[in-house]
Amino acid sequence: MPESSTASGFGRVLVAVYAVFALAASARSIVQLSTKAGEAPLAYSLSALAGVVYVVATFALARDHRSLALGTVGFELVGVLAVGLLSLVDGELFPDQTVWSDLGAGYGYVPLVLPLVGLWWVLRGRRDKAPGAHTTRGHDQ
Amino acid sequence: MNDTIVLVVAIAACAVAVHAAWHLWRELPFSNPLFYSVAALQLLLVAVAIGGFVALGRTDRDVDGVLFVSYLITMAVIPIAAVLWGIAEKSRWGSGVVVVAMLTIAVLAVRVEQIWESAHA
Repeated sequence: MPESSTASGFGRVLVAVYAVFALAASARSIVQLSTKAGEAPLAYSLSALAGVVYVVATFALARDHRSLALGTVGFELVGVLAVGLLSLVDGELFPDQTVWSDLGAGYGYVPLVLPLVGLWWVLRGRRDKAPGAHTTRGHDQ
Repeated sequence: MNDTIVLVVAIAACAVAVHAAWHLWRELPFSNPLFYSVAALQLLLVAVAIGGFVALGRTDRDVDGVLFVSYLITMAVIPIAAVLWGIAEKSRWGSGVVVVAMLTIAVLAVRVEQIWESAHA
């Protein structure tokens, strides 16, 4: 059912934004780890983790793997909130920037908004599609 | 890289973004005129990338070469990716993909300028 894939309609745009962040976060972490790995191990490991999460989330959304998308997008929301709040409370923890520092302020707060939009999109599509739901296809209330 | 070139790229990318946003607003899918806009920007980006490589080879500045070159290449590849991804979607959101891609190019252009300027001669 291509109409309800997480990659069609508005999902196209969502996947594009995720792809940009997958590239930005992983490229940043590759540069950080390859040039100055010892300086801020925690921040750089987080950059790498964020990069991997964005890459997997992009793949999951583009390929309509809903549970994987929910897992990675959910992890992203937890990540940006946890890292964002910690970096605001105690800047010493993260001496160098990551995509999630300061709730994603360095990226126009897109990292904070993106997982919320992502969750909304995946959950919204799933309600129409869930096989055990009380509404059957074509007979929506 | 002088800032005029970067400014031209950023403005051109924003202009194509507006063109795509107009499509989005009018509920139009990826169209031929939009394709030509993107293609024109693509030519500009390839020219800027080549100019950037030449400038990097000639400069005395201590520019982070790998970073600089990867930004220029990424900028030149984004329109192709956007067209391939956007054209497959037969709704207004195909144009939405182009809006996102063009704004990304504008941001990257500003970053390229920063990478160049932050390197001291």
